Amino acid sequence: MAALGAAAPSTAGPATRAIDWQLATVTATRDETPTVRSFTLGLPGWTGHRAGQHLDLRLTAADGYSVERSYSIASEPERAGEVDITVERIEGGEVSPFLHEVVVPGDRLEVRGPIGGYFVWGASLGGPLLLVAGGSGVVPLMAMARHRARAGMTIPTRLLFSSRGFDEIIYREELERLAAAGDGFEVIHTLTRQQPAGWTGYGRRIDESMLAEVLEPLGASTRAYACGPTALVEVAANALVRLGLPPDRIRTERFGPTGT
Amino acid sequence: MDERIAEMRDDPAVDLTVDGNAIGGMLATMFGVDVTGSPGQCAHCHTVSVVGTMRVYMRGPGVVVRCPACAQVVMRIVKTPTGTYLDVSGASFVRIAR
Repeated sequence: MAALGAAAPSTAGPATRAIDWQLATVTATRDETPTVRSFTLGLPGWTGHRAGQHLDLRLTAADGYSVERSYSIASEPERAGEVDITVERIEGGEVSPFLHEVVVPGDRLEVRGPIGGYFVWGASLGGPLLLVAGGSGVVPLMAMARHRARAGMTIPTRLLFSSRGFDEIIYREELERLAAAGDGFEVIHTLTRQQPAGWTGYGRRIDESMLAEVLEPLGASTRAYACGPTALVEVAANALVRLGLPPDRIRTERFGPTGT
Repeated sequence: MDERIAEMRDDPAVDLTVDGNAIGGMLATMFGVDVTGSPGQCAHCHTVSVVGTMRVYMRGPGVVVRCPACAQVVMRIVKTPTGTYLDVSGASFVRIAR
């Protein structure tokens, strides 16, 4: 594991394309929850991204063995020359334990991106906006929320966020701040395994009746983005169609049971 | 579209699935542009769906891309030491934006 690191990229520089590997320098890390950590990557050759896009990260061992993983970009496009990724530590995974245990500021990693032209949102697409997240599926949706706030948009937006327990809510304090800004952004939490005493939010998995309640104030012209484990995304997408949203206004990203 | 997706919810293999977004980088190296937002047509059932919504199985030695409507194979990608095999015989087209 410790032998993995960044190999020299094949191409870099001002003409860097999204599909070329480039060298990123880790400039900061931040713990979001006990098992989720954010990494800020300095990227001099970054061409800029759209909220919702991801990047591929490649680790290469001395013997040439390499492994690639995709991570959603958490930061808003307005930040130039750097991006944040947020990584959940997956036990037994090949990449995420390395990122959590070994990588520190100053380390260099190979990345490729930005990637994705489907699961993206920006001002030109408008709203109202319904964001549905399960666990670390919140990451690309956070890029959308940060972009919305940073650009001063007031598009009515509701984030329905499913976490296992209160301490496992990723970005909890920042989401509270965004919701307190009074610019039309709301967060609705559901805690599926453990709820603290006095919890007034939802306490079950996302289902159709929950989505109906959360969607109702936004109306039928809502644009919806759902990201999380496959099962959650399937439930959400099917329910939203039954609730009357046109399928072409629902965009989905499934990352399977683990991202490793 | 909705009822066809609903059928797949009972498929235990759905738990192993990601979607076409996950192979956006790999496809971009082959096509030269991002195709996750591109529509492609399944050669089996002729449903047109966006590549980003196609079902992707990538835990095996290669990548298998299946139609979200009928679950038939649309694409297969296998990397070998000497090159990458891209089998798109399950697609009747993929429209790449100009």
